[in-house]
Amino acid sequence: MKEEIIISGFGGQGVLSMGKILAYSGLMEGKEVTWMPAYGPEQRGGTANVTVIVSDERISSPILSRYDTAIILNQPSLEKFENKIKPGGTLIYDGYGIFAPPTRKDIHVYRIDAMDAAAEMNNTKAFNMIVLGGLLKLHPIVLIESVLKGLRKTLPERHHHLIPMNEAAIRKGMEIIHPQE
Amino acid sequence: MAEEVVLMKGNEAIARAAIRCGADGYFGYPITPQSEVLETLAEEKPWETTGMVVLQAESEVAAINMVYGAAATGKMVFTSSSSPGVSLKQEGISYIAGAELPCLIVNIMRGGPGLGTIQPSQSDYFQSTKGGGHGDYRLIVLAPSSVQEMADFVSLAFDLAFKYRNPAMILADGVIGQMMEKAVLPPFRPRRTEEEIIAQCPWAANGKKKGRKPNIITSLELDPVIMEQRNIHLQAKYREIEKNEVRCEEIQCEDAEYLIVAFGSCARIGMKAIEIAREQGIKVGLLRPITLWPFPYHKIEHLSHHMKGILVLELNAGQMIEDVRLALQSNIKTVHSGRMGGIVPDPDEVVDAIKEKLMK
Repeated sequence: MKEEIIISGFGGQGVLSMGKILAYSGLMEGKEVTWMPAYGPEQRGGTANVTVIVSDERISSPILSRYDTAIILNQPSLEKFENKIKPGGTLIYDGYGIFAPPTRKDIHVYRIDAMDAAAEMNNTKAFNMIVLGGLLKLHPIVLIESVLKGLRKTLPERHHHLIPMNEAAIRKGMEIIHPQE
Repeated sequence: MAEEVVLMKGNEAIARAAIRCGADGYFGYPITPQSEVLETLAEEKPWETTGMVVLQAESEVAAINMVYGAAATGKMVFTSSSSPGVSLKQEGISYIAGAELPCLIVNIMRGGPGLGTIQPSQSDYFQSTKGGGHGDYRLIVLAPSSVQEMADFVSLAFDLAFKYRNPAMILADGVIGQMMEKAVLPPFRPRRTEEEIIAQCPWAANGKKKGRKPNIITSLELDPVIMEQRNIHLQAKYREIEKNEVRCEEIQCEDAEYLIVAFGSCARIGMKAIEIAREQGIKVGLLRPITLWPFPYHKIEHLSHHMKGILVLELNAGQMIEDVRLALQSNIKTVHSGRMGGIVPDPDEVVDAIKEKLMK
């Protein structure tokens, strides 16, 4: 198993931390993981992206030309990465951030209205976990139990009461992701 | 106790490995993309556990001179910075090399020249391997290509530095410093006691006891006859290091017709390029120098015998390619491929370069 993923959106949307949670969950399962952020003078409102690779074998490059899966959370990211998805690969986008939807026909395109769902849950911070849930529904790269185990291990104890909310967000994402009409 | 596998950035690995391998002190100044070294040390507060000193100096120049002073006493000390900051340290590095003191300098390179960018680069290859400061000296230069190696090379660098009384450098870039991978930290090694330091470093200026002659630490010698002897001694030491300490990794070279030579982040990109090229029926292998000085000249010459061409992949305008060309006895086609100023090529670009520059 090897999954090469790009997650891209606005700074402040939780792009980097979502990637980190995914990488940490892979670690929990004893897989090889690489997390490579496009670091720079970026800030809230700017663009942020991170490459996450989860694999059973030694990982070669943290810099990739093409991805198995792209998680796209705003329009500039779609323009940048739509053509870098491998044929037969997967594109997941949040309906809120995209006004010109993807057009490729040789990939699987899914829409997840995570921004709306987060607003309904009265918790905009749950946004990235909803998106992560959508990804895990399509590609069970890691078990949801490993995600929760990772959160328990990385979050300080005083934040552990937030873990059930994160689990609910993941399950919400699994529920609402759907193929692009 | 089972080894703990942790997920962390390359920069964090440097800091945490240094604490665990018994470092006595760190002196540094923040600069992107290496700031997490100092940040992690500040978070870990080793002064409360192992007694290691962590000090944010007023400048890079101050930091390297603190390293100079502390190293003179036989302490295991290091500093870290990124390209412009390492340029500032060059005078101190030359003095440390001249005074034959062990220490570690970490350079997480960014694009230059000048203040440049904060993005990854390998354009300090010349500076690190050919001098940088003035005078005929060499640094032992280790080039990690994973977070695990960032952790492993800290103790290796210190061990080599003390073995040869010579400054050692870990030369990585923003990719290796900023990415997170899993790593196993080195086993805990307590800091050496004062007695152990005196036994290990009889040359150190750490308090003259009765009966021992004074230890003088200096790079100054006004008598050219003595200064030449000192240079001859240094050169003999460098030949010894060249003989003993060359390290490199061969990847899929057995049946390869084309060879990529790359270090650090570029070696990782090259590994992916090999996967892609082999899917297309092009047999590519990779030689990854782990020590940039001493450089694996003989290994490259040996491998070149069954290659049709060599691509030297670097994040610069072509620096290591000069050493690759020095290695070769034949006129095998040898070309450079790379990007500059903080741009990192993707694996497809490397495969295209092999086709365009070597196969046409």
